[in-house]
Amino acid sequence: MKIAVQHLARIEGHAHLVVDTAAGELLECRLEIVESPRFFEPLLQGRHYSDVAPIIARICGVCSNSHTLVSLAASEAALGVRISTQTRRLRKLLAFGEILQSHLLQLYFMAVPDYLGVPSIFPLIQRQRELVSRALRLKKLANDICWAVGGRPVHPVTPCLGGFSALPAAAALQDLRRQLVAALPDLEQTVELFAGFEIPAFERPTEYLCLSGEPGYPVFGEAIISSDGICVRVDEYLEVIEEYCVPHSTAKFARASRDSYMVGPLARFRNAGKSLSPMARKVASALGLAANTSNPYLGLIARLVEVVHCAEESIHLIDDILLDGLRSEPLPTPNKGGYGVAAIEAPRGTLFHAYRYDANGCILNADCIIPTAQNLANIEADLRQLVPTRMHLEQDALTRELETLVRAYDPCISCSTHLLKVDFV
Amino acid sequence: MKRRIGFFDFTGCEGCQLTVLNLEDTLLDLLDLVEIVEFREVMSGSGGELDIAFVEGSICRPDEVERLQAIRARSKTLVALGACADTAGVNALSHFRDLQQLQRDVYGDHPTPAGRPRPLSAVVQVDCRVPGCPIDGQEFLSVLKALLMGKPPELPAYAVCVECKLAELPCTFDQGIVCLGPVTRAGCGAICLLGGDRCRGCRGMIDNPRAQPYDRILVEHGLSEADILREFRTFNMSGEKGQ
Repeated sequence: MKIAVQHLARIEGHAHLVVDTAAGELLECRLEIVESPRFFEPLLQGRHYSDVAPIIARICGVCSNSHTLVSLAASEAALGVRISTQTRRLRKLLAFGEILQSHLLQLYFMAVPDYLGVPSIFPLIQRQRELVSRALRLKKLANDICWAVGGRPVHPVTPCLGGFSALPAAAALQDLRRQLVAALPDLEQTVELFAGFEIPAFERPTEYLCLSGEPGYPVFGEAIISSDGICVRVDEYLEVIEEYCVPHSTAKFARASRDSYMVGPLARFRNAGKSLSPMARKVASALGLAANTSNPYLGLIARLVEVVHCAEESIHLIDDILLDGLRSEPLPTPNKGGYGVAAIEAPRGTLFHAYRYDANGCILNADCIIPTAQNLANIEADLRQLVPTRMHLEQDALTRELETLVRAYDPCISCSTHLLKVDFV
Repeated sequence: MKRRIGFFDFTGCEGCQLTVLNLEDTLLDLLDLVEIVEFREVMSGSGGELDIAFVEGSICRPDEVERLQAIRARSKTLVALGACADTAGVNALSHFRDLQQLQRDVYGDHPTPAGRPRPLSAVVQVDCRVPGCPIDGQEFLSVLKALLMGKPPELPAYAVCVECKLAELPCTFDQGIVCLGPVTRAGCGAICLLGGDRCRGCRGMIDNPRAQPYDRILVEHGLSEADILREFRTFNMSGEKGQ
């Protein structure tokens, strides 16, 4: 039996899924990444720090805020710029807004169709209009957070080196807080919807990697930790993560302690589930998400748990910001070079940016490691173990189950093909 | 009978399609008017003849050329969606670099097929366009509305500078910062200036940019040709060396 899905649907970017079996044996199993490479890292060479984040954000429309925030943090580390508590809080709120928007898009637009047996969410407009309206209401709230803080949901405008070029109005934040509280019933309904889905049974323990070092569930962090015992500073990332090329992919693969590892919602949940918000912990236990689960399909449920966490935490964060009052702060104009690394928990996992600047504040070289590139080897390893256990299925059913597994990782192919290691000559 | 529309993506970030999906308030009404028959990012399956194809991304490789030609062949109207499709956008940053060197830098001894990113119009006939990086959601709706009513969509012929003045925002030149607002096509509501940034020119130039007054503004503020060229080399590279 040969399965070849060209341009896999309901994922970000272009990938083919190829599986070949004969007489009950798995001959071939690849996730081919066919997106054209865009060479973002070398193209940054020579660019001034004020251009770097706006250019690098264009790697990915879905996670442009994460790229912007981690890019600014790496530039700040390199150029010796410190940021205020207000900036740190607003950036975290923007990160929550993006995680919400990205997760809700994946849950409702990309995953729900798999579990309800429809090709997309659009046919549900007639049959289950309330479900579609709820998806749109929640997604709009996530985007409203990004509008208020970042100035635009896709490719934000206001975040800049050292802070923000424009601050949200206090009234806008108050309005977001009201909307977040009013959205809780919608979140409850969402949890009920997903509680009814039958998640395929499959276990494959792997290494789970995420950031650590700040109190609470990870967003920003000074340290990299993993379930295999990795615990290093973020600027030592090259010592624990090895990227390598495979012939069938324009994205590089990555490994840490073993042949593959996982980043993203399930990895964060495994390593830091105890620091989730109270409501998110309740949802996790209601949905039967065990602290030691090794079923990659449950990445979907971990994503939903994170939605609840981000919504609840955003309310508290807005309270903290409003309590202290918003004040405009002077922006720095650094006049030296240097090397800096930063990492962020983007919607799909740990995202690293590292820059070296010359004395004029222009990029000498850049390196980025993308969540999906880190997950690719793990997805293939899952597929290789899964296929032999599903040989009894018809081709269509098997294809669906394999696609559902790939989607559980919410791969972001645009990102993963654009950013690889570079040594300038 | 509802008009059949499709969304397609090539080399880009899918941020323009995402901007369409971000039209939460309008999406349900929109779907009463049109049938989305193809949208790989959020749909399985593909759908035959199309009234309107919205195409995002640049064209880099021979297989992309073929795929785009096939979309053109089954679409009555083809719209370039966003800067990468319209002008090659940030993808054109690689036009000034040695492609083979870039490939070696990134992939080492594992060469991967890549070509110069080109706008859609280098490969097929493009009937109209929605500029910007990313597109403006409201402008997308007005282009779609015009097409559904059988009218040619119109983009503003004036510059972002006009929208910035109407919003009574301070001029960045007064802070010694080069802004491409005087020569960039309006339609975004000067969103970047509203956010405290400058115009980086993502929507491409107006049809008749007036170089002399612009030059005078630069000189008055002690800025050089190099300052402005650097600014153009983010979103407007294809104008210099594109196909």
